[in-house]
Amino acid sequence: MKILCGIGGSDDSFRALDRTVERAAVANDDLTVAVVDNEDSSVSPDDVMRRARDAIGDSGLDADVRRVEGDPGSRLVEIAEREAFDEIVLGGGHTSPMGKITIGPIAEFVLLNAKTSVRLVR
Amino acid sequence: MNDRRYPDAVADAFPVPPTEFTDRDDRTVEIRPYDGSDAEYRSLVEMYDAFDPADRAQGIPPGGEGRIREWLDAILADDCHNVIAWCGDEVAGHATLVPDGDAYELAIFVHQTYQRAGIGTHLIRGLLGYGQSVGIQKVWLTVERWNRAAVSLYKKIGFETSNAESFELEMGLRLNEGDEETSESDTEGS
Repeated sequence: MKILCGIGGSDDSFRALDRTVERAAVANDDLTVAVVDNEDSSVSPDDVMRRARDAIGDSGLDADVRRVEGDPGSRLVEIAEREAFDEIVLGGGHTSPMGKITIGPIAEFVLLNAKTSVRLVR
Repeated sequence: MNDRRYPDAVADAFPVPPTEFTDRDDRTVEIRPYDGSDAEYRSLVEMYDAFDPADRAQGIPPGGEGRIREWLDAILADDCHNVIAWCGDEVAGHATLVPDGDAYELAIFVHQTYQRAGIGTHLIRGLLGYGQSVGIQKVWLTVERWNRAAVSLYKKIGFETSNAESFELEMGLRLNEGDEETSESDTEGS
């Protein structure tokens, strides 16, 4: 399967990255990791790129890591359509102090606008 | 991302528990702060174990006794404030304030057997009265926007919508007059 994993540096995005890399190695997925702008993230895009390359390197996969600038949700949807991806994978949200799951604005946009399947990793 | 907004005006005074009332189904219900005893803890676990999954909100309460206990252990910690609605020795509902930087996050659950009897209104007012009595200044919550009953309850209480841009509405309430706002405390963005 051709998979586009969008990450911006939040904890849940790194969890999505690790699980997607793990699965891709087993399922032989054709994986692309898109490092997007996330204004709520405290990790710089360069560090996110490095983190993604490390995860992929450790797994022995041959996957593409690319920097995607601009509005993250719409860019991911656009790339998935233009390059015929089968699925977009994103972090499944963070939990509030109370334990409530909150889905971020990027995931909300992608869920409502993507023509592909969307996987949120919990 | 701690840019939550709160009403300028402080809310009216809420009743401080313990309080007692008769619900719309003629049941006597008592609102009391959680006392930390094993017996009350066990009653809470029982209520959540029998909680209708259709009434979950954003993943809570979780399902299964193990996860319920894990979640309760976090929100019943010493820095949290918990109030319970009792019908005899059965828990009818539970409301909680969990610290989040300079504010508290609120959640309330009423067991399906006790819904639509006015218990939620008494319970949340009791929790907020308790919060006022311990000096809490700001409270926020999120609610799924299709949950009209909950949204109208929160509005009636005095909560104002602070963020309507996502799937859930975020609402805020000012409980006590504070010293001038300390600058927003840092929480990790995510």
